[in-house]
Amino acid sequence: MRRDIFQAIADPTRRAIIALIALQAMTPNALAEHFNTSRQAVSKHLRILTECELVTQEQKGREIYYSLEIEKMKEIDEWLEQYRKIWETRLNQLDDLLATIKKKEKDK
Amino acid sequence: MKMDFVVDKQTKTVSITKEFAFELSLVWDAYTKPDLLDQWWAPKPFASRTKVMDFRVGGRRFYAMVSPDGQERWALQKYTSISPKTNFKFFNAFADEDENPELPGSDWDLTFSEQDGTTKVSISIYNDSLERLEKMVEMGFKEGTMAQLDNLEDLLAKLSESRT
Repeated sequence: MRRDIFQAIADPTRRAIIALIALQAMTPNALAEHFNTSRQAVSKHLRILTECELVTQEQKGREIYYSLEIEKMKEIDEWLEQYRKIWETRLNQLDDLLATIKKKEKDK
Repeated sequence: MKMDFVVDKQTKTVSITKEFAFELSLVWDAYTKPDLLDQWWAPKPFASRTKVMDFRVGGRRFYAMVSPDGQERWALQKYTSISPKTNFKFFNAFADEDENPELPGSDWDLTFSEQDGTTKVSISIYNDSLERLEKMVEMGFKEGTMAQLDNLEDLLAKLSESRT
């Protein structure tokens, strides 16, 4: 199944993981220590984050370190920017409509 | 006049504030009368087509966003509170063509005030889930890119820039 960035941030634990690995690359064990949860649960979240292309893995010795793809996070803001533009378009249309109505009233 | 747009991911709320250089009663009508709403609600080239609108507490607006090729996307707004020319609230949900809502929806709160001939409208949209916000943005994204292909080009340029 195709995942996207909004699924990545939809879960509070995943948001916390994102916040942690934004600072430094971490192993699943180190992450599990931060949460009241099992390593398996953390691994599941990391798998989803990987599928969302939001984290990358790096093997160092026997450990796998996870780090954040910061650039990918920017996509969220890009999407929200589109939503902002819609509102701008919509409300400018309202402005135009109000001006048209006023003009008609005056012309009467 | 200027518009403010703030997304608060913590409180899952989108806040939009806009001022109009027109008297409050006119702005209020534009938000609450279907024939006026349909003239501005949909970003061009989309069209807004209101099928039912009963502006009273417990009443509803059932309308479609119609794309240039005639595809309809229905939505249902149920009015939960109305203080004439001051505030109204509704619960908004996408729907099928038979008015069956697709839950969850979002809670909208619109406040109107006038000072020195300028009317300020503050809109706050609360979503239970970020997924819902995503869907709203996705819908909006489609409309927005249809409306302004230049924006899409900019977006793609930025995205490809950030990937390299």
